[in-house]
Amino acid sequence: MSSTTNDVNVSYLDYKGKHSGLLGWILSVDHKRIGILYLISMMVFFAVGVTFGFLMRLELIAPGRTIIDPQTYNSFFTLHGIIMIFLFIIPGLPAVFGNFFLPIMIGAADVAFPRLNLLSWWLFVIGGLLAVTSVFLPGGAPDTGWTFYIPYSVRTTTNVIPALMAAFILGFSSILTGLNFVVTVHRLRAPGMTFFKMPLFIWSLYSTAWIQVLATPIIGITLLLVVAERTLSIGIFDPALGGDPVLFQHLFWIYSHPAVYIMIIPAMGVVSEIIPVFSQRTIFGYKFIAFSSVAIAFLGSLVWAHHMFTAGMSGVAMIAFSVLTFLVSIPSAIKVFNWVATLYKGSIITDPPLLYALGFIFLFSIGGFTGLIQGALSVNLHIHDTSFIVAHFHYVMFGGTGFGIFAAMHYWWPKMFGRMYNKLIAKTGFWVLFVGFNLLYFPMFVMGWLGMPRRYYDYLPEFQIYHMLSTVGSWILITGLLIMFINLFNALRNGKKVTEENSWGGETLEWSTPTPPYLFNFKEAPTVESGPYEYKRNEVSETEVKEEKV
Amino acid sequence: MSTTSSAPGVETHVHRDDEGSRLGMWLFLFTELLLFGGMFLVYAVYKFTYTEQFHLAAKELNTLFGALNTIILLTSSLTMVLAIVAIKRGQKYLSLFFQLMTLAMAVGFLVNKYFEWMAKISHGIYPGSEQLLEKSNGEILFFGLYYVMTGLHGLHIVIGMAVIAYMTWFTWKDKINQDQYVRLESAGLYWHLVDIIWIFLFPLFYLIS
Repeated sequence: MSSTTNDVNVSYLDYKGKHSGLLGWILSVDHKRIGILYLISMMVFFAVGVTFGFLMRLELIAPGRTIIDPQTYNSFFTLHGIIMIFLFIIPGLPAVFGNFFLPIMIGAADVAFPRLNLLSWWLFVIGGLLAVTSVFLPGGAPDTGWTFYIPYSVRTTTNVIPALMAAFILGFSSILTGLNFVVTVHRLRAPGMTFFKMPLFIWSLYSTAWIQVLATPIIGITLLLVVAERTLSIGIFDPALGGDPVLFQHLFWIYSHPAVYIMIIPAMGVVSEIIPVFSQRTIFGYKFIAFSSVAIAFLGSLVWAHHMFTAGMSGVAMIAFSVLTFLVSIPSAIKVFNWVATLYKGSIITDPPLLYALGFIFLFSIGGFTGLIQGALSVNLHIHDTSFIVAHFHYVMFGGTGFGIFAAMHYWWPKMFGRMYNKLIAKTGFWVLFVGFNLLYFPMFVMGWLGMPRRYYDYLPEFQIYHMLSTVGSWILITGLLIMFINLFNALRNGKKVTEENSWGGETLEWSTPTPPYLFNFKEAPTVESGPYEYKRNEVSETEVKEEKV
Repeated sequence: MSTTSSAPGVETHVHRDDEGSRLGMWLFLFTELLLFGGMFLVYAVYKFTYTEQFHLAAKELNTLFGALNTIILLTSSLTMVLAIVAIKRGQKYLSLFFQLMTLAMAVGFLVNKYFEWMAKISHGIYPGSEQLLEKSNGEILFFGLYYVMTGLHGLHIVIGMAVIAYMTWFTWKDKINQDQYVRLESAGLYWHLVDIIWIFLFPLFYLIS
């Protein structure tokens, strides 16, 4: 028995299980290995998505044809959207860092259903490959945009069905991950880990998991109905047969709006972890941040029709959806204020994770405020379907969630791999990325406001200056990404070895495991006594005070 | 923030949590309900828009077929429950018998469904057929929804059968036994879900004429 116990008390990276080599990874049910599998596959898809984005920007540097023809351009923005949304941002935090850290942070050895977890990853890969295959099959790459709007998605002759099925399978994978996390949080918390002692990242994953479980089936059935419409022409969305194309938009956004909260809430959780650690202060307003995650998850389910203000709706419905949209900003703002209040008078250490977290707050705030502008009915009519919208959601999704993912990578990299990256290069990468990001997306606000439509291949000469700035921004941004990723991946081989348990002085449970964590995470099963952000610094000073009194 | 208690070994990792399994299964059933919920929503929208034509179209469906299938499915839910009760009492062969009964009734349901669909198709009523396209929009949508919803339900019957067959195998191999029967319970829950969806499909398509 003792020999078996010794076997598992090794780093999860070195553990020799039933299979070895590649099979030891792709058949592993260890939540940490599955997290790494997701990380690798996600990075590959991200690289593909960035390439499509880069080529689109290059095409738009001048009016008229520059490098690709209009049809190719249409499939590029479609694939850019499908890949970035379904294969990068949605799985980015829950599937990668959630899988790796959710069990550790609640003091468990694994998720509730480890094999189901592996199945989720397999479905993810199958779905991803199907999406990529749709490019190469005869018929041509899908050109509907990631939204698959009816009636074009029924009429186009391109490979829409593989893309729809890919999204369906990816949705299934997302549901299983969400289900797994909800059960894990309910059943596997360590003794003493009450709900209000859970780290805020766990609260955010828990809220997200509920959205994944409750909203994703709707997109599943909607995509299946489009497949049925294409193959059988059942008429549900076809006006010629009495159907209603706008009904598709409703069904689509009933999922796809909550989906943006699947993307953003875990990033908010990451920021809530990083801010207290790097200001060495207890988080300000723990319960408010925790409940605001739940509030966003709830309110976010009731605002879908704000994507459809120009699609035809009753005035009452429009006003209701506009008001609800404004309401979502309240819990989001609560978080931002609490983060800033935590930083206030803290002992701030500007290490790379904090920089990315601050980048998140800055960019997300711009994205959030411009979201309010769009939520106003009269303004919405003016900027609907312009590049203003594109700028808004890139600020929220890339500046928000993307930077959240990068922050998480820099924060947890030493724990995951036992290697530390070069901090100076990481900071340089951040600033290049940050400048490039703003140069790439900010001009889109301006030209969108002036009337530049989104998804257009060609444009009037007066918009060229903005497009030019934006394209140059894309080059700087990609340079920043390269600096950042090369630095991180270089660290795996050449980085300084980390053996200490706690790299940053964090107080959550993952910083009390060996680095990298053992197969079952902890040397000994933890019992939790205090909250997640009660800093040792304060405890030490309290004991000192007591001693002085004695 | 943490102190340590008992040391973990391999045995703590191979954990068994029946309560957690049930929770997971119920969540999965929620997602299934929402999947069908999307379709019921579409049905509701068009039933509201084309009330008369839906009633007209429903007359074409054979209530006898539908009623028969309802009885079959409800009875199969009963045998599923009996199979679980039997295994709880340690009566392996009785449980196997009831599981096989459930499977047999599932097959009966599908056979019945096959004849019903074939009868419709031979009358030229199927999505995209000339005969159907001559009808009013409401009727076209009714039959479109009829095929998609009962088809998807039929697919769930097939999946349910596969799951129950798997459970029968486990019971035969004693992997499901008096102490460990949560998998059979979960399979039962799934089967009841398939049943309850039919309970709604039946009146919505057969009884509104």
